[in-house]
Amino acid sequence: MEKKKKGVRLEHISKIYNDPKTGKEFYAVHDADLNIEPGTFVTLLGPSGCGKTTILRMIAGFESPDEGEIYLDNQPINGLTPNKRDTAMVFQSYALLPHYNVFDNVAYGLKIRKVPKDEIREKVLNILKLVEMEGMESRMTNQLSGGQQQRVALARALVLEPGVLLFDEPLSNLDAKLRVTMRTEIRKIQQKVGITAIYVTHDQSEAMSISDKIIIMSKGKVEQIGTPREIYYHPNSRFVADFIGEANFLDAQVLEAGEEKAKILVAGETLEVNNFAHAKAGDKSELVLRPEAVSLSESGVIEGTVTLSTFMGSYQYYQLSVGGMEIQITDYNPVNRRIYETGERAFLDFDPRGVYIL
Amino acid sequence: MARRQSADLERKKFFSDPILISMIVVLLIFLSLFILYPLLMLLVDSFYAEGHLTLDVFKRVLSLERFRNAFRNTLVLGVITGLASTAIGLLFAYVEVYVKLKTKILEKLFGLVSMLPVVSPPFVLSLSMIMLFGRSGIITRSMLHIYDSNVYGLKGIAIVQTLTFFPVCYLMLKGLLKNIDPSLEEATRDMGATRWKVFTSVTFPLLLPGLGNAFLVTFIESVADFANPMLIGGSYDTLATTIYLQVTGAYDSTGAAAMSVVLLSLTVILFLIQKYYLEKKTAATLTGKASRMRMLIEDKSVTTPLTIFCGIVAAFVLLMYIMVPFGALFTLWGRDYTLSLKWFQYMFKTSGLKAFKDSFVLSLISAPITAFLSMVISYLVVKKRFRGRSFIEFVSMLAMAVPGTVLGIGYIRGYANGLFRSGVLSSLYGTGVILVIVFVVRSLPTGTRSGISALRQIDKSIEESAYDMGANSARVFMTVTLPLIKDSFFSGLVTAFVRSITAISAIILLVTPDFLLITCQINEQAEKGNYGVACAYATVLIAITYGAVLLMNLMMKFFGVSRKMKEE
Repeated sequence: MEKKKKGVRLEHISKIYNDPKTGKEFYAVHDADLNIEPGTFVTLLGPSGCGKTTILRMIAGFESPDEGEIYLDNQPINGLTPNKRDTAMVFQSYALLPHYNVFDNVAYGLKIRKVPKDEIREKVLNILKLVEMEGMESRMTNQLSGGQQQRVALARALVLEPGVLLFDEPLSNLDAKLRVTMRTEIRKIQQKVGITAIYVTHDQSEAMSISDKIIIMSKGKVEQIGTPREIYYHPNSRFVADFIGEANFLDAQVLEAGEEKAKILVAGETLEVNNFAHAKAGDKSELVLRPEAVSLSESGVIEGTVTLSTFMGSYQYYQLSVGGMEIQITDYNPVNRRIYETGERAFLDFDPRGVYIL
Repeated sequence: MARRQSADLERKKFFSDPILISMIVVLLIFLSLFILYPLLMLLVDSFYAEGHLTLDVFKRVLSLERFRNAFRNTLVLGVITGLASTAIGLLFAYVEVYVKLKTKILEKLFGLVSMLPVVSPPFVLSLSMIMLFGRSGIITRSMLHIYDSNVYGLKGIAIVQTLTFFPVCYLMLKGLLKNIDPSLEEATRDMGATRWKVFTSVTFPLLLPGLGNAFLVTFIESVADFANPMLIGGSYDTLATTIYLQVTGAYDSTGAAAMSVVLLSLTVILFLIQKYYLEKKTAATLTGKASRMRMLIEDKSVTTPLTIFCGIVAAFVLLMYIMVPFGALFTLWGRDYTLSLKWFQYMFKTSGLKAFKDSFVLSLISAPITAFLSMVISYLVVKKRFRGRSFIEFVSMLAMAVPGTVLGIGYIRGYANGLFRSGVLSSLYGTGVILVIVFVVRSLPTGTRSGISALRQIDKSIEESAYDMGANSARVFMTVTLPLIKDSFFSGLVTAFVRSITAISAIILLVTPDFLLITCQINEQAEKGNYGVACAYATVLIAITYGAVLLMNLMMKFFGVSRKMKEE
């Protein structure tokens, strides 16, 4: 199935909706600039209502942007209806045609393209093999489990060999375990076929495990674009740091600032940390501490009082009061250290070179 | 904010679909020409004469004693029928949903009674009412020996209309009662309320908008009803019959037009209240799905009187329908109760065969047109966004509020001399085509309503996915939408057929001697007092419609897909 993979480019895309309650207009998507390289797996990630699905539906053609232009393989596609666009979508509800069996569902798009019958048969059977659904051709869709329906939906999109494959939260209706299996499988198939994929989800671990690049969105705006690693270790806003993984924010005063490093005063201690915030001396800032990047010990960087200590099985969960601020810590290896009880004093132990202010 | 671009793009995308565009244009023309235009002509007739606006026609009509009486009669009848139907419908619904029934018989009886008015011609009950309680009625004369019994007039119409329309209320209220969450009532019960208190403080208030809705629906039906007042009304004239007599008796069609405007305003206003106020309110108070099974009432002091009352009413309705074939089989009603086939023979010897053929063929032509059109309208209304969408929805629903008589007068005024009296399309008048069009227009709202509610159940992403795979709107409609609402399409098909073959009010004004229709024959024979022949016609008609409904159930069993999907 060698066909040209296509890139997608969004230039200054905005979409305006009316708030159904107040009747006021608001930007569902505001000035989004995206460049999705051919053959990559890109995920739009954000809380519900952030505009990620709207972007996907604009690429598919179900919605029209109010500002800007969308390019598919450098061709502007704003004026094209969904059936004229070289995109195929996997829907959240799978949207299988309930009156057709598996074979006919997968063959639907090919029939519209007037592909010869034997070729349809061959293509459908091949693609069903790829998604591990061989032998199920004559099943009706309501006889399939959620995971199987998901596979059919994927096959139905793949068989058209679209320039871009669109996923609209495809795994949200599956149970947790199946979700993990399916996401690795989607990733494998995408790499095998080498297709461009744009994936929408609100589940960060899904986004992390599946994507070449993640686009974090909030309130209609693109917050950050980067690889999973960049986004986790190098968030450029408090929103991103908070949304991806867990994070504690400690108020800090910037004493000295350079390009890369900054000297800060936090909870009475002076530390030298990474200056991701591009802060200047005298600024107020926030030190970001991932709960799993900190452990408790007899000596360390900052001192605090344990206010809650709970055994959670694979880790010990602490809440501490540090200089009047509440922070959370998850200690995954407490066996080698002592466990602190509520009311005890303890030090936060971490490497200042690995943390940053925002 | 700059919203123009998306509007432009949507328009561009929209116009790249020529089949969709032409379908919409055809619909707009059809609806304007055959629903709006005739009604408009009625307004023109009643406000415009000799080149200027005038109120003369209205003044003349309002000064008619006959008209003022008819107006008052219509309102009185509507209120009585509306209240009685709602009350009986509520009792039936309550018994069905809340009361534990000892036997299955009553349940079956309810089902039958609620189906009968659908399949029977609109005035069958009037016939049997006369045969049971009339001057030579089997109960009044033969059993009670009352020789001067008078069923004609308000009393007769109100009883007959109530029995005809209460099943509609029953079905509406049953649906609503099922949506009341039992835990609401259990909670009040738990706080110490008696069962009666629960009914008055929880069930009834929740149901109130629904009751208002049911009342208005029957009120409109009653006001628009032509055949029953015609047959059993005696000297009690309603607006619908007065309009008919004004045309056929007094040859005063402008006067009839003005009266039609009055009747139309009445029904349209009520319809608007019902549709845009009460229906929303009903939906707002009763959105919850019942979370679990209701504990049915087993208390004998409640169940016994309720079941007895409903049983009697249901049995009575059933008896009325059973009277019809017997009316045709008895040699001479009121005198000679030996069985004979002479009325059937008489029917087939005279115009029977032609009447059945004409009615059957015309209805058979109009049914698929209606079913298809209503599915297309529902699809456009539910799934598409375009200018003119709300116009299409409004006009096709408006047809529901237009009494048949009014529509008939509108067609006479609008088409007898062609469009705007110009002679264009005047060849339409008096043909079978215009009868088919009337059938279609009369059945369109029911089909559209069922299509819309069926389509709203379908996840929009199913059609989007087909669209996304490359199908255009027409293809999506034919390969996805229509198959998914097959049930609604089939039932729309049969309903349209049944409604057409049993229709009378608009048709009786438009039919020419070229066409003999069963309903008109029944009306004619009953007017003449030939109840035997009228019953023979009605019997065959009921057999046809019942057969059609059976056929529909069979079709759904074999081809229906929706049921399988609903289980999901």
